[in-house]
Amino acid sequence: MSDFPLVFERSAPGRRAARPPVTEGATMAELLGETALRASPPRLPEVSELDLVRHYTQLAHRQFSIDGNFYPLGSCTMKYNPKLHEDAAERFLDLHPYQDPDHAQGILALLHGLQGDLATITGMDAISLQPAAGAHGELTGILMIRAFHEANGEGEQRRVVICPDGAHGTNPATASMAGYDVVEVSTGPDGEVDIEAFEAALGPDTAAVMLTNPNTLGIFERRILRMSEAAHAVGAQLYYDGANLNAVVGRARPGDMGFDVVHLNLHKTFTTPHGGGGPGTGPVGVKAHLAPYLPAPLVAREGDRFVLDTDRPRSIGRMRSFYGNVGNLVRAYAYIRTLGAEGLRRVSSMAVLNANYLRMKMKEAGYTIAFDRVNMHEFVAQPPAGLRTLDIAKALLDHGVHPMTVYFPLIVKEAMMVEPTETESLETLDAYAAVLAEVVERAQADPEYLAGAPRHTPVRRLDETTAARKPVLRYGFAAD
Amino acid sequence: MPYVPHTDDDIRRALAVIGVDGVDDLFADVPAEILDPPLELSAPMDEVTLLAHLDRLAALDQQAVPTFLGGGVRRHFIPAVTPRLAMQGEFVTAYTPYQAEVAQGVLQSTFEFQTMMSELTGLPIANASMYDGASAVAEAALLAVRQTHRETVMVSRAVHPETREVLQTYLWPLDIDIEVVDLEPSLTTPVPVVGDHVAALIVQDPNHLGYLEDMPAMAAAAHAAGALLIAVVDPLALAVLREPGSYGADVAVGDGQVLGVPMQFGGPAFGFMVVTDALLRQLPGRLVGQTNDVDGRRAFVLTLQAREQHIRRSKAKSNICSNHQLAALLATVNMAALGPAGLREMAEGTVRRAHQLAAAVRAAGGDVAPNERFFAEFVLRTRADGVTVRRRLAKRGVRAGVPLPAEYGIGNGVTLAATELTTDADIEALLAALHDVGELGVVGTEVPA
Amino acid sequence: MKIPQELRFAASHEWATEPADGIVTVGISDFAQDQLGDVVFVELPDVGRSLAAGEAAAVVESVKTASDIYAPLAGEVVEVNGALLDAPEAINTDAYGEGWLFRLRVTDAAAWGGLLDADAYAAVAEEG
Repeated sequence: MSDFPLVFERSAPGRRAARPPVTEGATMAELLGETALRASPPRLPEVSELDLVRHYTQLAHRQFSIDGNFYPLGSCTMKYNPKLHEDAAERFLDLHPYQDPDHAQGILALLHGLQGDLATITGMDAISLQPAAGAHGELTGILMIRAFHEANGEGEQRRVVICPDGAHGTNPATASMAGYDVVEVSTGPDGEVDIEAFEAALGPDTAAVMLTNPNTLGIFERRILRMSEAAHAVGAQLYYDGANLNAVVGRARPGDMGFDVVHLNLHKTFTTPHGGGGPGTGPVGVKAHLAPYLPAPLVAREGDRFVLDTDRPRSIGRMRSFYGNVGNLVRAYAYIRTLGAEGLRRVSSMAVLNANYLRMKMKEAGYTIAFDRVNMHEFVAQPPAGLRTLDIAKALLDHGVHPMTVYFPLIVKEAMMVEPTETESLETLDAYAAVLAEVVERAQADPEYLAGAPRHTPVRRLDETTAARKPVLRYGFAAD
Repeated sequence: MPYVPHTDDDIRRALAVIGVDGVDDLFADVPAEILDPPLELSAPMDEVTLLAHLDRLAALDQQAVPTFLGGGVRRHFIPAVTPRLAMQGEFVTAYTPYQAEVAQGVLQSTFEFQTMMSELTGLPIANASMYDGASAVAEAALLAVRQTHRETVMVSRAVHPETREVLQTYLWPLDIDIEVVDLEPSLTTPVPVVGDHVAALIVQDPNHLGYLEDMPAMAAAAHAAGALLIAVVDPLALAVLREPGSYGADVAVGDGQVLGVPMQFGGPAFGFMVVTDALLRQLPGRLVGQTNDVDGRRAFVLTLQAREQHIRRSKAKSNICSNHQLAALLATVNMAALGPAGLREMAEGTVRRAHQLAAAVRAAGGDVAPNERFFAEFVLRTRADGVTVRRRLAKRGVRAGVPLPAEYGIGNGVTLAATELTTDADIEALLAALHDVGELGVVGTEVPA
Repeated sequence: MKIPQELRFAASHEWATEPADGIVTVGISDFAQDQLGDVVFVELPDVGRSLAAGEAAAVVESVKTASDIYAPLAGEVVEVNGALLDAPEAINTDAYGEGWLFRLRVTDAAAWGGLLDADAYAAVAEEG
C-alpha cells in the first residue's frame, strides 16, 4: 500500500508545465551584482502539466466540501456558495489598489454600496471593510474601544474585557492582544448569560463586554436590552461577535440590541467561500461615537465621485495593507443585491426553521438536546449515554456527511453543535438524522464499530500525538 | 427565492415536526421592539440584472491597459491551469481541515505550500499563511518581543509605509516602542547600531522604492545586539535573489500576491511567515504536520494547535483563527506549474524589463534615480506631485506611478514597476504618455490637464 | 489512580515531595495526566524564577488542550526537568517519577504540611 504522492514525489528533473514569456537581456549578475544572488535554486516541483492537473484534481477528490457533502458545522454557517459570485468576482480581478481612483470608480462605488448595505443590515452608523477575518475584525473593534476610552481619559481605569464562558476562543485571545485582562461570566442553566453574575462583574474597570447573540449555544439572549443598558450604565462599550448573525439577519439588528461595535463574518452569513480555511472577511460596524476611530481609509462619496477617505486623524490606524479582501467583498455585495431585504429575512427564517427541525429529528434518533427548547440557527446536542462525540463524528465520515462541530462550546460536555443553514432541503436533514440513528444502533450492537471508524475514508484515524511530539512540517528531500 | 429550497409544503411539514404554528413563533425570544425593522436595501436582482449591473460598474474601472504599478502588488503571468486547479469546487467550498480523514486535499496542499515557502526563503518552518504581508510583519514583531522579552522594535523607513502603519496599530496596545531608521540618499537603509533593548530589526528587501538592501550586514547588526532579524521579502524575487536563510535572518515574512494571485484591488492574497527551528513554539497561525494513520499510511494533520486561540484562548500566541488557504493554494499550484525554471524566468524577466524601462525613460529625458540595484521597481522624480502624475497618465490610458510617500522627504516622484509581462509596446505607450504630461524634461511644454 | 502516600497535593492536581534541605520536587498527578491525554509539549519555568504559591509556573500541552501548572508552594526554581523537552511522554508513563517538572527552594517548608494529603487528594480527584 503506497502513500498518495506529494507533488515533489511526482517530479523529475527538467520537467515543467507553464512557460512565462521569454525576456532576453543582461544576466542577473550584470544587473544586480553576484553577491545579491542566491547560490542554488529553490527545490520546487518539476512536473508536466498533465501530472500537475492529475495531482491537484486527485487531491480535490480527497476533500469534503459543501459542493459535495452536507456540512452542518455549528458556528461556521456552511451554506451554499453561489457559483454566480465567481462570475461577479471575475469582473474585478485586474484592478491595482494604487491605480488612479478616478479610474476605479466602479469598484469604489461597489465598496461604498456594500458599506451602506452592511450598515443598514446591522443597524450601525459606519462600516470599515478593511479587516481580513472575523478575528481581525474583533481586534479592530476592541482597539477602537480602547482608543475611545483613552480619548475620554479612562484608558488607565478600564483594564477589563468581559466574555461569557461559552465565548469562542478568539474573544479572549483578542482581548489579550489588545492589552486587556479577561473576566469570564458564567452561563446559567437556561443557556443564557447569568444576569446576576453579569451585572456583578460590571464596574468602572470594565472597558468592554463581548457577546454573541444568539450565543454560542444557539440561544437568543432574551435579556440583551437589559444587559446593554447595564453595560452602558458603567461606561463600558458593548461588542457584538457577528458569527451567529445568520440566525437573525434581515429580522433583527445588533445596533438595535444596543451594541456599539459589530464585526461580521462575510464567509459565514454572506456566503463568501470558506476556501479550506480562508480567506475570510470581517468588516466592522460602529455607532457614530466610535466612527472617528475606524481604520483608514474608508470609501466616501464627494458629490458624484467616490474617494478613499484617508483624512481620519483619530483612526486607530491600519489593520492591513490596501482596503480589504476586495475579491470577497464583491461576492458578498452580489449576494446582498441578489437577495434584497426580503431574501435576507427568508435566510434567517429558514435557517432557524431548519435547525429546529433537525433538533427534533436528532432527539428522535436518541441524542440528548442540551437545551431542549426552541433554539435559533444552531443547537447543541450530546450523544446517547456511553457513546463519545469523537467516535460518532468519525463514524459519520464513512457515510459521506461531515460531522457537526465537536467539543465546542467548552461549557457542555461531549458537545455536538449543529447548524444546518437555510440552503439545505428537509430531505437532506432527514437523511442526516437517519445516519445519526444508524450510528447509534450499530454502536450499541457492536462496541468495536465506533472505535474502528472511519474505515472508508482516504486515510483513517491519525496519530496526532506523534505529529505534535515530533513535528514534521515540510517535505524531506533526499539531499536534506 | 434563490438558494433557499423551502416550498410552502416544506415549511408546513417542518412546523408540524417542531410543534409550533408559524415561523414567527421561532423568533419569540427576540424582543418585539427590535424584531423585523424595515430594511432599506435595493430591490433583489436576478442573475442577468446583477451581472449587467456589475458590468456597468466594471466599465468605469481601468483594466487591461499598460500597467507600471508596484508598491507591493504587481500584475504577473498566471498560467491558465493555475486558477482552474486551485478553484475547483472541493477546494473553494471546503472548511478548515479539522476532520483530517476527509480533508487530505487541503492538508496535503498546505504541507506542499509550507515546503515551497521554506525552499524559497531558506528557513525551515513555514506556517500555513496569514492575512497579508503587512499583518505578518506585525505578528513577527510580536513574536520577537515574546522571544526576547524586549520592548522595542527597530524598522527601516524603507519598509512599506502601510506595513509600518499596521505595525504601529498592533504594537500600540502592548506599549512596544518603534524606532525608525531613515533612508540614505541612495534610497537604501544604512546599517544601524542596534541597542540591546531591541527585540528585532525589520528590513524590507527589495525595499518600498524597489532597491536592494545589505541584508547580511543587517543580520550581523541585529545579532550583535541579541536581536532578531525580520526580513520582509518579495517571494518572486527569491527565485534569483539570495534567500533569508543564507544571510542569517530569523524570520522571513512578506506578501504572496506576486506568486499567482490576481491583483483584485488589493486582496485577498496572503501573508507568509517562515522561521528558524528555535522559534517554532512562538510561531502564530496554523501548521500542518505529517504523520501516519492507524494503517501506517502517510497523512497530514493540523498540529501544534495548543499555540492557537481555540485552545489557549487569552494566552494564545495570537488571536488569528483563519489562514488565507485558498490564496495560498493558488500560489502552491502556481509554483508547481512554473517550477524552479519558470519562476526564475519570471523573476529574470521582471528584472530585465524593469531595467530596460529605467534605461528607456532615462534616455528619453526622465529623471530616474541613479541607483541601479533594483528588482522590479525604481524611482522617477517628477515635476508635478506623484498623485497628479498618476492621474494624468491614467487619462492617457496608462496605469503608472505609485506616488512617493511624503514622509520620505525626497520630493515629487513615483515608482515605476515592470514585470515579465511588460512589452515594448507598453513601454512606448508609457514614454508617449510621460512626454505628453511634460515629465520627460522637455522645457516649456504646455501640460494638458 | 496512583496516589503515593508520601506526597502532598494541591487541589489543582500538582504534587510536592516533603522538603529536604528546603528543596521540593513538583509534578502533576496520575489523575491529571490521564485527564490531559498524551502530553506533547511542556513549557517549564526559567531557573532562578521566584514563584508565589498558586502562581502559574508551567504549561503542559496535549494534542487538544493546554493546562497551566501552578506552584503548590512559594519558592525559587532551582532545577527543571530538561529531559521532558525531548520526551514529554514521561509525564504520562511515570507521573510521580521521571515525569517530575521542576524543583523549588521553598520559602516556608512548614507550608508543605498544609497541602492535601493522599486521602484528601483522592477525594478531590473523585469529584473530578
